[in-house]
Amino acid sequence: MYLVRRVVEFSIWDILRNLLLAARWTIVLSLIAFVGGGLVGLGLLVVRTTQMRVLQRAVSIYVSLFQGTPLLMQLFLAYFGLALFGVETSAWTAAAIALTLYSSAFLCEIWHGCVQAIPKGQWEAAQSLALNFLEQLRFIVLPQAARIAVPPTVGFLVQVVKGTALASVIGFVELTKAGTMITNATFKPFVVFTCVGLLYFLICYPISAYARKLEGQLHVYSR
Amino acid sequence: MRVALEFFPVLEEWPLLLTGIAWTLLLTAASTFFGLLLGTVCAYLRTQGPEWCRPFIVGYVELIRNTPFIVQLFFIFFALPAAGIRLSAEVASVLAMVINLGAYSADIVRAGIQATPRGQIEAALSLSLTHRQVFTRVVLPPALQRVWPALVSQIIIVMLGSAVCGQISTEELSYAANLIQSRNFRAFEAFIVATVLYLVLSVFVRHFFQWFGRRFVFGASRG
Amino acid sequence: MSTVVDSTTAIDIQGLYKSFGQVRVLNGIDLKIAAGEVIAIIGKSGSGKSTLLRCINGLESFDSGQLFVQGQPLQYHNAKAMRTLRQQVGMIFQSFNLFPHLTVGQNIMLAPTLVQGISAQNAKTRALELLRRVGLAEKIDAFPEQLSGGQQQRVAIARALAMSPSVLLCDEITSALDPELVGEVLAVVESLARDGMTLLMVTHEMGFARKVSDRVIFMHQGRVHEQGAPETLFQYPRTPELVQFLSSLTS
Repeated sequence: MYLVRRVVEFSIWDILRNLLLAARWTIVLSLIAFVGGGLVGLGLLVVRTTQMRVLQRAVSIYVSLFQGTPLLMQLFLAYFGLALFGVETSAWTAAAIALTLYSSAFLCEIWHGCVQAIPKGQWEAAQSLALNFLEQLRFIVLPQAARIAVPPTVGFLVQVVKGTALASVIGFVELTKAGTMITNATFKPFVVFTCVGLLYFLICYPISAYARKLEGQLHVYSR
Repeated sequence: MRVALEFFPVLEEWPLLLTGIAWTLLLTAASTFFGLLLGTVCAYLRTQGPEWCRPFIVGYVELIRNTPFIVQLFFIFFALPAAGIRLSAEVASVLAMVINLGAYSADIVRAGIQATPRGQIEAALSLSLTHRQVFTRVVLPPALQRVWPALVSQIIIVMLGSAVCGQISTEELSYAANLIQSRNFRAFEAFIVATVLYLVLSVFVRHFFQWFGRRFVFGASRG
Repeated sequence: MSTVVDSTTAIDIQGLYKSFGQVRVLNGIDLKIAAGEVIAIIGKSGSGKSTLLRCINGLESFDSGQLFVQGQPLQYHNAKAMRTLRQQVGMIFQSFNLFPHLTVGQNIMLAPTLVQGISAQNAKTRALELLRRVGLAEKIDAFPEQLSGGQQQRVAIARALAMSPSVLLCDEITSALDPELVGEVLAVVESLARDGMTLLMVTHEMGFARKVSDRVIFMHQGRVHEQGAPETLFQYPRTPELVQFLSSLTS
């Protein structure tokens, strides 16, 4: 009798507490992917901005590969691919690597658009002041591009957070995976998934709203 | 160590892959049709509908945009039965995709509608058209034309997202890849093949919808 | 005007007031316009000319006063009454406002088929007839973007005429045109005036106003400040404001 009660009486607070614990990993994975993706993406951006056609082409192919295939497939490939090459894999490493590469491609594309929005005259002016390529990029173009890049970059963070939900499929225990596990233990799918959705919303909505606010400010200033 | 990739055992299962492609395209087609319809109706209600329904539209759009697709899918498939709504995997998949695309396209179409020059509406009104006629005949077609590239990109994102539907055993392309790898243990190769097929599909779908838009959506009588 | 066929009142405006926030744009307008009359409205920008025009077909609401078109009161909040009224009142805009996604022919046929329920076949015949009248019959399948500004404005006139309105409102219809294209549009308007159409035009083309109109109305600070036959008004202005306005044009 006591045992049956314990199994059935999984209160909403128990559910929420367990989900919150799992949500930590959603956030950690998101930050790893976002920061790692940002670093890799920045490197790709520099390569893409040089005048070397072959490298430019290579980066844009890299970008369209990640944008043209499902993130889920990228996760599976990382998971099974690493194993194939003899690297000891865990869901952790596979998820971190796949999401980092995924983010790097998208961020590179976003930032590339921002760099292209900088008038050619800025490059030429910097060039005529005898700055070399990296100096032109570092001191003249990137600071200007960064200003317009902030809102879409913040907006992309939402996409990364939502992307981490797919890591559940390769067995990484984050918010979504915890949701399915708790559902299996409690048979309360409605309550559990409502809570899961709500927690994602609580993480993502403030970021979305902030990105929108930044976007609005940008338009005011540029007038 | 030497890594030997063998694609033959995967390609041998081509009927499964073909079925998967067919399902992916079917899911995409159905959700595009109903999703764009839903999005357009929401954009209409948001911009010129009665005041009271705007918060509902905004709430719907924000809720979907700030939660992962996989959670939306699981909610519909696992949680709704608890509320007495039992759907097959395929119907649940289409429903989730429709709701997802509906929210994103509502925002995209709204941007297109709001870019309509005031004079267009005034000209149509002074020709005695009703408000609904003004919307369907004068405002909507150019609005869709303006945002069509963004809508096509969103359709492709939703198609790539449909890879998750295999998780509730809808027999789309990623499900086929999973099935194949469970038969021959060639996981990496199976997912490579599926990923390449997704890439081909996204190129194909993009071209198809670009053509489709020109032919049927806004340029109906051109030529 | 040599032959006034119909002397009934086309438009009757009584005590029209309108403000945008603190700014009073229409400050008590009283105006009667006979059927077949050609009226030119002149005045500085901000004098309320365009607002008056836009009130007549309900694109702007007014705060108080009354406005009758063909004896029917304008009911701003009655959608059905507004549609009936707008079928009587055609409007041509400064910026043409052709629908970019429709061909010239479709632009003209849209309202007759939707609003008046005319068959596509008949609407097309009529569109061709109207295009011939504005000298653009060969452009029926062209898209607006393929036409010059002057041609677009002539199409816009044909589009307004397709509803067989009894009154035509022209809101600075040549202001957005290159100088060399003004003539072709004015020629069309002149032919409409000759054919007995009731015309109300806000214009900066004083020579044209003088040549075509039966009556010129000078608006100043939201009122009809001075009005009269073109010859008298232009040659013997009575108020200092009109004198100043006319001299500002010639300098």
